[in-house]
Amino acid sequence: MQTSLASSKTSLRAGLESGLRFGLIGGLVAIAIALQGMIQAFSVRDILSGILSMSQSVLLLAYFAMAYLAIRRADASEPSSMLAAGALCGLVAGLLLDLLIWVGGFVELGSVFINATPQLYDLLTFNQGLAVGSLIQPLLAVGAGLAAAVMQLIPPRVRRPLSVGLTTIIALGFFQDWTVRTVDNTPATLRFLLRPVSGVLYAGNGMSLAGAGVAFLLVAGLNFLSGRRRRAASNAASKPSPARARVRRTAGIAGIILLLLLLPILLGIENSEILDNVGMFIIMGLGLNIVVGFAGLLDLGYVAFFAIGAYTVGVLTSPELGRAVIIQNWWVALPFSLIAVVLAGVLLGVPVLRMRGDYLAIVTLGFGEIIRLLAGSDLLKSYLGGAQGTRSIARPDIGPIQFGLHEIHLPLLGAVRLQFQHEFYYLFLVGCVLTIFIAVRLKNSRLGRAWMAVREDEDVAQAMGINLVATKLLAFAMGALFGGLAGAIYASKLGSIFPSSFNFLISINVLAVIIVGGMGSIPGVVVGALALVGLPELTREFADFRYLLYGAVLVMMMLTRPEGLWPEARRRLELHEEELLSEGTPAPALAES
Amino acid sequence: MNRKWIVLGVLALSGLVLAACGGAPAYDCTDAIGCVNIAPGDPIHIAYAFVTSGANSTLGLDTKYGAELAIDDKGGELLGHPIKFDGQDSGCSAEGGTAAATKLAADSTIVAVIGTNCSSEAVPGVPILWDAGISVVSPSNTAPYLTDPNLRVLGYFRTAHNDTVQGAAAAHYVFEELGVTKAAAMHDGGPYTEALANVFAQNFQGLGGTITAVEAVSPGDTDMKPALTRVAAGNPELVYFPVFVAEGGFICAQFRDVPGLENTLMMGADGIFTPDFVKACGANVIGMHWSSPDFSAFGSGYADLVEKYKTKYNVTGTLAPFHAHSYDAFNIIAAAIEKVAVVDSDGTVHIGRQALRDAIQATTDFKGVTGNLTCSENGDCADPKLAVYEMKDQAEFDAAVAGTMPKVPVWKQAE
Amino acid sequence: MIKFRGRRLELTDFMMFFIGGSIVILVVVGSASTLVAGKYTARQWIDLIVYGITLGSIYALIALGYTLVYGILRMINFAHSEVFMAGPFTAYFLADALGKSGFLDRYLVVSLISILLLSVAVSMTVAVLLERIAYRPLRFAPRLVPLITAVGASFFLQYFFRGLYGPNIKVYPEVEALKGGLEIGAFNITNIQIVVILAAALMMAGQTVFIQRTRIGKAMRAVSEDKQVAALMGINVDRIIMYTFMIGGALAGAAGVLYALMFKQVYYIMGFIPSIKAFTAAVLGGIGNVPGAMLGGLFLGLAESVGPNLFLDGLGIPAPYQLKDAISFTLLVLVLIFRPSGILGERLAEAKS
Repeated sequence: MQTSLASSKTSLRAGLESGLRFGLIGGLVAIAIALQGMIQAFSVRDILSGILSMSQSVLLLAYFAMAYLAIRRADASEPSSMLAAGALCGLVAGLLLDLLIWVGGFVELGSVFINATPQLYDLLTFNQGLAVGSLIQPLLAVGAGLAAAVMQLIPPRVRRPLSVGLTTIIALGFFQDWTVRTVDNTPATLRFLLRPVSGVLYAGNGMSLAGAGVAFLLVAGLNFLSGRRRRAASNAASKPSPARARVRRTAGIAGIILLLLLLPILLGIENSEILDNVGMFIIMGLGLNIVVGFAGLLDLGYVAFFAIGAYTVGVLTSPELGRAVIIQNWWVALPFSLIAVVLAGVLLGVPVLRMRGDYLAIVTLGFGEIIRLLAGSDLLKSYLGGAQGTRSIARPDIGPIQFGLHEIHLPLLGAVRLQFQHEFYYLFLVGCVLTIFIAVRLKNSRLGRAWMAVREDEDVAQAMGINLVATKLLAFAMGALFGGLAGAIYASKLGSIFPSSFNFLISINVLAVIIVGGMGSIPGVVVGALALVGLPELTREFADFRYLLYGAVLVMMMLTRPEGLWPEARRRLELHEEELLSEGTPAPALAES
Repeated sequence: MNRKWIVLGVLALSGLVLAACGGAPAYDCTDAIGCVNIAPGDPIHIAYAFVTSGANSTLGLDTKYGAELAIDDKGGELLGHPIKFDGQDSGCSAEGGTAAATKLAADSTIVAVIGTNCSSEAVPGVPILWDAGISVVSPSNTAPYLTDPNLRVLGYFRTAHNDTVQGAAAAHYVFEELGVTKAAAMHDGGPYTEALANVFAQNFQGLGGTITAVEAVSPGDTDMKPALTRVAAGNPELVYFPVFVAEGGFICAQFRDVPGLENTLMMGADGIFTPDFVKACGANVIGMHWSSPDFSAFGSGYADLVEKYKTKYNVTGTLAPFHAHSYDAFNIIAAAIEKVAVVDSDGTVHIGRQALRDAIQATTDFKGVTGNLTCSENGDCADPKLAVYEMKDQAEFDAAVAGTMPKVPVWKQAE
Repeated sequence: MIKFRGRRLELTDFMMFFIGGSIVILVVVGSASTLVAGKYTARQWIDLIVYGITLGSIYALIALGYTLVYGILRMINFAHSEVFMAGPFTAYFLADALGKSGFLDRYLVVSLISILLLSVAVSMTVAVLLERIAYRPLRFAPRLVPLITAVGASFFLQYFFRGLYGPNIKVYPEVEALKGGLEIGAFNITNIQIVVILAAALMMAGQTVFIQRTRIGKAMRAVSEDKQVAALMGINVDRIIMYTFMIGGALAGAAGVLYALMFKQVYYIMGFIPSIKAFTAAVLGGIGNVPGAMLGGLFLGLAESVGPNLFLDGLGIPAPYQLKDAISFTLLVLVLIFRPSGILGERLAEAKS
């Protein structure tokens, strides 16, 4: 019919235009990837051993993502226009990359762009030379583009398991080293079970084809079946009885507690170290959450409290600074550390009481820097150790329980080697639980509500009778307390502290954790720490590109989910207010936030 | 210390238990700590913990290249097995060192580690590695306390010289050879530079000289003139600034513009004895001195090493002064492996960890590129020959800009 | 009830006066004892002041970029440091080629202008892309969200340029004509310092004229007062914001070239510390206030240059220059205690943050 022909024609045009646009962007992205050196750096590893290298996978992912965006943005509904958009996007991107290869063949790009080496061009053309090789990237890109279109065309029932399966394969491929190392460090019985699995999965430099196939089928199949079950359950309209639901919940909570207790043992020493850092940032995040999230005071110098907590414990317990009185027990030094840090919080709070917004931010930033400079200065060298820092800081031994290497035997799991990384996990766990408890209680108390009132509008809060001074100082003090606690444990775990460790970047990272997690939200802090501290640790092997990825992820997170990963209900409402209202959803009750 | 025996005993027990339960072949490992068993065709895994990203990455890359060249010279294999050389980025900080060491310790295939670069990484990192039975040889740690008898970790060795040696040599040269009686020192607040500057100052004063000022700048500072003005106020005859390329470049470039320092001598340390620094400074650098390891005393293999370095990595000059130390560190480990490894009839290699450590400790008179290396009982394996170099004239300046620093020192430390 | 500036005085006010007062006393005592000890000649003090003004000019230029964006968007553009870095880092290759081939010395003005243009172009592009991709979608989000985005963009750009050009320090070529200096009585000033101070002054003047006299400048002021009303008045807010970023970027690129000519070293994290200083300078002078940014920059430069010698040396503190940043921040606190909106205050009424 005439109208459908016309609409399919415009749809086709829209698709092609979008494909062209995103193809150009995609080409630039591909060139950027090449010039960053990712192709050479990743060429040593494979996703599918001998078949698909990691560097080519990165390019394929880029083509795929661009084509996906092209199709989505074009809002094309006809299959033909989707396919056309995807294909054109891929073609253009691939051709642009070819441009780089061609230009690089004649012009010495390497004197400006250090990664534009002959090796790069060889890798991009799969060593086929200029003529044949130039066909490869566009072909691969077109393939990826078509795949993106196909993904949109297949029914969601099939698409979800497919994408889950593919993502799993890619993740297993990228994180091969980590997976193998983790399997190697699990307790004896688990290792006995899992080692053969990883042996089948991986062959040499990447995944074996068989292993990847099996893993894909398994994961995709499970996802498909669970999707079926969920649909069936929602259709059945049968709810479990309240008693049954309660039993399920308690079992669930018990399970989670058991898992938390066993986590370091199950995951091994490397992941315990990662979890230690996550725990540290959770404690700090909760502290900053009080200052920034509850009370709305933008503190960019949070690292100062971390430093004071660490240095107090270090100075009091280390025998290297030549002091007469040395506290040998970390637990005895801890209260001093906490008192010192609370005093510091109040001291910081006083001058900034009347400052608003960004003035507050810069002064707190300055405070953080001043503490770092003083800690490393020659002036205070005899007290604080100066540039050399302090070593031999006490471990938090409790009587007969010493932190160090222990061999234990667990039922079911076999022989386990406990090292200080595992042991500190428990200390951090206790710290986290304590701080979460305090934070939740504070949030639901009068003080917590006072903070939120101050955050929303200071003048009105004051008019309602809230003592601004006390409220703000208490916010700083509580925030400082948590920061100092984290610092004290950190100093003990590392056994040595250096002033250069307490820099501005830590303040920024803690801030990022709470904002990405969801400002003001306590579960958000935990999620944010896992995402921004835990995940980057896994990418340490891609050393050079870690920060590139970190920055990109931060930007993307804020663009797509500015309210955070686990936001306060109120926040989500604020940020998506218009969307919710237009959808006709009634605003949820604000009793719980 | 009792804990040491408990730890060793526990490690021995765990080694036996692991060997029994780990499904290992029927080799009876009698090593106190445990063995690494390498099946035929599998690689011998030696790892590194270097600063490969961030501001100091040239140091990490330089030491990595040195080790890689050593592997190349061995044909990429040891005892018939290929050598696998990879590692972790240690970030020149305590937490970086901890993270890198933990990851490496989690990998049971690693036989030994070459690392770390910065002393701050070694303090927490080395004990973690040794707890896993991994011996560590550092090519560039210079902090004295790492080989202090009370603090030293048994599995730790280093082929780099001690800060105390370099600072003392510099002071000696300045006072005795140059006849300077008033000097000043500058550092950048980092542990390495601060230690060196202060060792220099103390030694200089001990010899009878006067230190007019010890000034510090911060990493990232660009305008050094105010700090230099303060230094100038004391009228020193020489300023010793053992800092790194960025700050050193600024200090050197701005030095002569500061009234009072027009005729003052400049002296730096091995951190800035590189072409990058010379380029950053410009022609002002003519007349400057450096304290440094004595490259001319390095064995005959050194010149070859530099040539291979420049060719393989496509650079005009070496990136930092520790590549040769890294080369030697690898070779010491390789020699020790060859000494203690037990090779089965089918080609499986068994390396006892305690035995490896003892073999490295027993290194005596090893002919390395950096000299004759003998490991002291505290872990210092270096043959510290310090020297002082000078950029005498335009010709040497041009050569340096093109990639070659002066080859012949103007003074060598007497043995 | 004691009243001061129409506000009741409380305990905390006394504490703040106490803190402020102690800082002032320390400063005075330190300065007095340094001057009495006579360790430095008048000539050296003048030198220090000149250094301070030069450095301060560069801070002021970077601060202008911050202040412009803040004035319009009320956001701290953390990625401004990378806008500052991108220009000179890219222009290095041109400068190097010109230097090696001898063009730099033979056709000085043309070479310098082309280097400047390249740097400005690159910085402007980065700034505009930043605005388009990272900031525009978040224009109405709560303040902290664009802050984190800016931080992420900053990391990304740093390592992006590191990946492109390498981690090594690149050194700008020596410009013959800029070597040497002038002696005016007790004054000793190098040619480069003259160029930097003059260029900075020119750019700042040009900037002020632009904002006060031109139509686009007027539109910018309108947008910074109230975006919605400006839109109602027919101003294309998106376009004006883009222009703001372009100008901020251009200034940063120019500041970068001046910086590179003076200090010669460029590398991927060269922007980090100068931008924190510049941000401090902007706050010091009053955020959103263009003359304030200039003043703040100069003040900061002088504090860093003269401060350690003046105050700390007299108090017997070893290695005083190590603490120069501590001085800057302490003086910042001092200024903000007595003038909470910065030296020249905000242009607008004290806005609720």
